[in-house]
Amino acid sequence: MKLLLKGGRVIDPAAGLDEPRDLLLDGEKIEAVLAPGAKADAEVVDVSGCWVVPGLIDMHVHLREPGEEYKETVATGAAEAAAGGITAVACMANTKPVNDCAAVTDYIIEKARAAGRARVYPVGAVSKGLLGEGLAEMGELVDHGCVALSDDGHPVMSAALMRCALEYAKALGVPVLSHPEDKSLSENGSMHEGEWSTRLGLRPIPAAAEEAMVARDLLLAELTGGRLHLQHLSTAGSVRLVREAKARGLQVTAETCPHYFTLTDADVRGYDPNFKMNPPLRSCADRAAVIQGLADGTIDAIASDHAPHSPVEKDVEFDAAANGIVGLATILPLSLRLVVDGKISPARLVELLSVNPARILGLPGGGNLKPGEVADVTVIDPAAEWTVDKAKFLSKGRNTPFEGWKLTGRARVVIVGGKRL
Amino acid sequence: MAFQAMVRNHGQDARATPKGGSMRQRKILDQDEINRALRRIAHEIVERNKGIADLVLIGIRTGGEGFARRLAALLSEMEAVPAPVGFMDITLYRDDIFHQKTHPVVHATNIDFKVEGKTVVLVDDVLFTGRTVRAALDAVIDLGRPRRIQLAVLIDRGHRELPIRADFVGRNIPTGRADLVEVKVGQDGDDSVILQEGE
Amino acid sequence: MESALKIKSLLDLEGLDREGITHILDTAVSMKQINERVIKKVPTLKGRTQINLFFEPSTRTRTSFEIAGKRLSADVINFSPSSSSLTKGETTLDTVDNLQAMSPDIIVVRHKSAGAAEMITRHLAARGAPVPVINAGDGAHAHPTQALLDLFSVRDRLGRVEGLNVTIVGDIANSRVARSNIIGFTTMGANVTVCGPPPLIPAQVEKMGVRVSHHLDEAVADADVVMMLRIQLERGAGGRFPSLREYAIRYGLNARRAERLKPGALIMHPGPINRGVEISPEVADGERSIILYQVEVGVAVRMALLYLLCGGGDEITA
Repeated sequence: MKLLLKGGRVIDPAAGLDEPRDLLLDGEKIEAVLAPGAKADAEVVDVSGCWVVPGLIDMHVHLREPGEEYKETVATGAAEAAAGGITAVACMANTKPVNDCAAVTDYIIEKARAAGRARVYPVGAVSKGLLGEGLAEMGELVDHGCVALSDDGHPVMSAALMRCALEYAKALGVPVLSHPEDKSLSENGSMHEGEWSTRLGLRPIPAAAEEAMVARDLLLAELTGGRLHLQHLSTAGSVRLVREAKARGLQVTAETCPHYFTLTDADVRGYDPNFKMNPPLRSCADRAAVIQGLADGTIDAIASDHAPHSPVEKDVEFDAAANGIVGLATILPLSLRLVVDGKISPARLVELLSVNPARILGLPGGGNLKPGEVADVTVIDPAAEWTVDKAKFLSKGRNTPFEGWKLTGRARVVIVGGKRL
Repeated sequence: MAFQAMVRNHGQDARATPKGGSMRQRKILDQDEINRALRRIAHEIVERNKGIADLVLIGIRTGGEGFARRLAALLSEMEAVPAPVGFMDITLYRDDIFHQKTHPVVHATNIDFKVEGKTVVLVDDVLFTGRTVRAALDAVIDLGRPRRIQLAVLIDRGHRELPIRADFVGRNIPTGRADLVEVKVGQDGDDSVILQEGE
Repeated sequence: MESALKIKSLLDLEGLDREGITHILDTAVSMKQINERVIKKVPTLKGRTQINLFFEPSTRTRTSFEIAGKRLSADVINFSPSSSSLTKGETTLDTVDNLQAMSPDIIVVRHKSAGAAEMITRHLAARGAPVPVINAGDGAHAHPTQALLDLFSVRDRLGRVEGLNVTIVGDIANSRVARSNIIGFTTMGANVTVCGPPPLIPAQVEKMGVRVSHHLDEAVADADVVMMLRIQLERGAGGRFPSLREYAIRYGLNARRAERLKPGALIMHPGPINRGVEISPEVADGERSIILYQVEVGVAVRMALLYLLCGGGDEITA
């Protein structure tokens, strides 16, 4: 039975389309984009007032399985993703054991298949055990389904190793996702270095800890011609460096996370560990620069860096708390605020949350609604008002700084491979 | 020795506030009557103690301060020797600190003599439930062991809640439990004691 | 029962205005008088339970709070988890919950993590048991009672705080004493200068209303109060300056420097002193130094706080 999404506004930047259209799905594929009111022999889903966009893709999440299933599993993470309007996620390799071998990659893929929720694309490790000493068997990882390589959670401190990784990955046709952090500058720090770290007496992490590594990685990308993607950019300096590199013609991509364009270091006041992540919340000026970067094309994608933890890791002193917050439930509505505030257009939002992630990761499908494309679709109700209630999260993690926030906009219908979730 | 104009409310509890002009108010002592009462108390102190050798006055802050000073001046005048006077804050000895809405303010204590072996005359403006004096007794005894302690008050308004009595009283005023007794110590001879009838 | 200070717990000095600080200092005057009597005790907190919860070791501050509580007739219990359950893996909040079962009336907390006192206060309130908490030092964030006793000492010795030039020297970045004193002295109208080598001065500290200097002689030239801080080797000063020797030469208050201070200038130190490093022995023991006096008034200031923060409990009739 075909499926007709009727009465919505189809936003498909790949086709240059942002118009009222009906979308017809047949089985696992998109069949046609129809003029409004067109008849079709299909089950009708009324999506009036909603946006119909290519399935959203969150290219940076932590699913904690194998090894830390008490924090999250592939199944609970994939379910939370779908509930948040996300049709596909890319999950990082810092599991226990690390995803530096085919066995773990296969395991994750199998768990995702069994869950039958959002698609899960594993990201394999750059270095064995994430130790930053020797390369992981990247070839095998890619053969078994890893779409990219990353030591995320940790930076690759050795420039020599990062160079090798970029070169080696080039031949494999996958990007290296870099967590840019110079640990010698950020050591023991728990919040951004600035007025607030001074007032609160917390060990600081200077913006330069991120920028020094961004600069290094850009130079290595230039040297090697490798495909570099910079993760969770948070500072004005990082945005500036990427902008300049792109202006020089360098092929590099970058992402940021909703908390970096929503919160600032002043929010750490109160020492709530739900405001602690790495990189840390930055200054107002940094937040403004990140928003500007999203608007002007410097930053290509928004990803959540969904990092579930249990109360054991989070209900402790700020400096002892683990880094990270969950984000799958809130990535869409927080990103929509940028549209409401006039910072980006709805089409740009779709680029940041779907088109570009699909392109950067070289996914087999998705990122557009062309006939014949796989039917991964997200229907967004941009006017839906709701309040963040962590008790209702499908994720096992409750570590969010947005508890109680009144947000506008959420996903109404999520379709993966033609199947409504 | 200028007195700051101040108003002390001796009501049933410190938080009660008079409800306005409809309550009956009358002046029960004016400046002259207060002066005469103090003079008589001074004479009684001298008579009872056969002079003021080894006698010290301690005014209970804040209401007893002014009257202690006056009594000391009168005694010195009468006996031609200085009468030592000190001022004691008894807030930390009260039994009702934590029954108040906010923590009572603690003032300083200024006593530059020893009480050991002395006749201590505690001085306060109004004797009511007796709890203030009870606290003052504990406070004085923590300073040393007096030979004896006597109590001089300007007004005794009754309603004792503890077995406490004054040795020297300026005036006995029968009051209702809910009445307020206001002792005004003025700048220039306009002291007065006002009784406000409660409900 | 509401404290005249309008705060229920003392976590830092941010929540106090000039009036509030003055009220605490004034109350401490009376407490100091009690400490000078033969019977150094009043019955004010009789039957109240004070728990000194020191996750981080400290003999002098803990003893000061213990004496303060006992002089107010409180029952004081010292609890130092670092020596027992924490090493067995019990979390801070679990420790607090266990203590809560003893129905304390007031808790004094010292912890190595910034924000720990606030975390504990929030936790107790969430548990429906809002016990007043006094922060005796949380990481590098705040040490409000130290700042209050420093303010008391200065006010007592110099008659005022407003308009005085106060210079704080040392590892400002890692010092809770510095942070609380900066807030306390600026609130009371003093001009505060912080001095130390650049790596020991935290980012944008000028935003807290202070002047920054990296040269000690210049920084203390016009000072009415010079406060020397202990170089915190245990808080990671290591690596941020070359050696204690060089620090002592460039930033130590030696006899020659002390001599050039303004007449009547006070020399202070929160203790414990690193003799010969930030302050030379003869200056620490010299006539301008009020270091021991600070310790003495510390008890009075802490008594004032215990009195002002202890609440009414069930007997509130207001």
